[in-house]
Amino acid sequence: MAETMQFDLVSPERSLMSGSVTSVQIPGADGDMTAMPNHAPVITTLRPGILKVEGESGTTEYVVTGGFAELGEGLSVLAERALPKADVTTEVLTGLVDEAKAALETVKANNGAVDDAAKLVADMIAVGNEIGVSVS
Amino acid sequence: MPNLKDLKTRIESVKSTRKITKAMQMVAAAKLRRAQDAAEQARPYTERFNAVLGALAASVGGSDSAPKLLSGTGSDQTHLLVVMTAERGLCGGFNSNIAKLARIKAAELIAAGKTVKILTVGKKGRDAIKRDFGDHFVGHVDMSEVKNVAYSDAQGVAKDVLERFDAGEFDVATIFYSKFVNVVSQIPTAQQIIPADFDAPEEDGATTLYDYEPDEEAILADLLPRGVATQIFSALLENGASEQGARMSAMDNATRNAGDMIDRLTIEFNRSRQAVITNELIEIISGAEAL
Repeated sequence: MAETMQFDLVSPERSLMSGSVTSVQIPGADGDMTAMPNHAPVITTLRPGILKVEGESGTTEYVVTGGFAELGEGLSVLAERALPKADVTTEVLTGLVDEAKAALETVKANNGAVDDAAKLVADMIAVGNEIGVSVS
Repeated sequence: MPNLKDLKTRIESVKSTRKITKAMQMVAAAKLRRAQDAAEQARPYTERFNAVLGALAASVGGSDSAPKLLSGTGSDQTHLLVVMTAERGLCGGFNSNIAKLARIKAAELIAAGKTVKILTVGKKGRDAIKRDFGDHFVGHVDMSEVKNVAYSDAQGVAKDVLERFDAGEFDVATIFYSKFVNVVSQIPTAQQIIPADFDAPEEDGATTLYDYEPDEEAILADLLPRGVATQIFSALLENGASEQGARMSAMDNATRNAGDMIDRLTIEFNRSRQAVITNELIEIISGAEAL
């Protein structure tokens, strides 16, 4: 049997998943990474993306919109918002993209740095492409 | 002697009041359970968050490049008091206790020569403080449309606070809310959120050394604003549970008082009725005797 580690996925409003898993693919801010048991301790921020959890009972996927992951003895992902992939419909995603776009507009209006906000929009749309939900 | 009919109407009116308070108590009990659940669900996130942030803050906090949200602006001249209360009354001392704590703090700061700005969340707190410190108000967040507190509500408040901070409107921010202990006891609490105030992590040498991706400072800059939102969120949840708890015990009291009052009035009613009957009998008897 493959080695397992403790994994918790929590959002501010509730805890989505807690259990032992064999590996988790994390959409880190500097690129995707896969956390496996006995990984070196890391703290990383997340970009909007897909969290792929490989457990004993198969693969579960979640869409997260940001937050951070703490990889120590176990893995805790603290997501700003996290939804099971099946719950992400065109409607939900459009809402998220619109939100990101609105944030971009605000930043533009205030002559702030648009890079981060623009990346957020691009990331959100990329999430859509990856899970086969298209947003214009 | 009180009129029999008046007494009867009073008893009826107290009875219907009792029905209302009883219903409110039951509604509050149901809502309390939901609010407690919500607070419970949010706890793991808040705990982890604070642990990570605390560890990060401890390792970066000493350096000069630490973000202002953590190290402060270097002055404590202007204070922002975020007073979080309910949108509704009829919940015992809940709103007034929070308002009282905020008033005491505001008076203290003003006496010390500081500038005080007040941001109110929830209508009742604003009404309670308006008379004394109305000219210190800088804003109000309306929560009357919010049924169940969501994280996005806290983000809204946090955004408001952070924008003011970035604009240099204040140096220190404190939130006022009520901590839920149990149904009969809620403790009004003041908590400083900017600059961030963490319990120092235990220095037992067993702390894990983390790699940071991107670097520590970037993570900290990303996390601190979220930390403000998280703290406000947990305060709002505590407040929600406290409000329902306070309302439940207040309504329980009211129901009991109404019951006592009904008993008293009923006795008075019966006595008066008896007196009327006795009177009539005396009249009849003395009338018969006179013949």
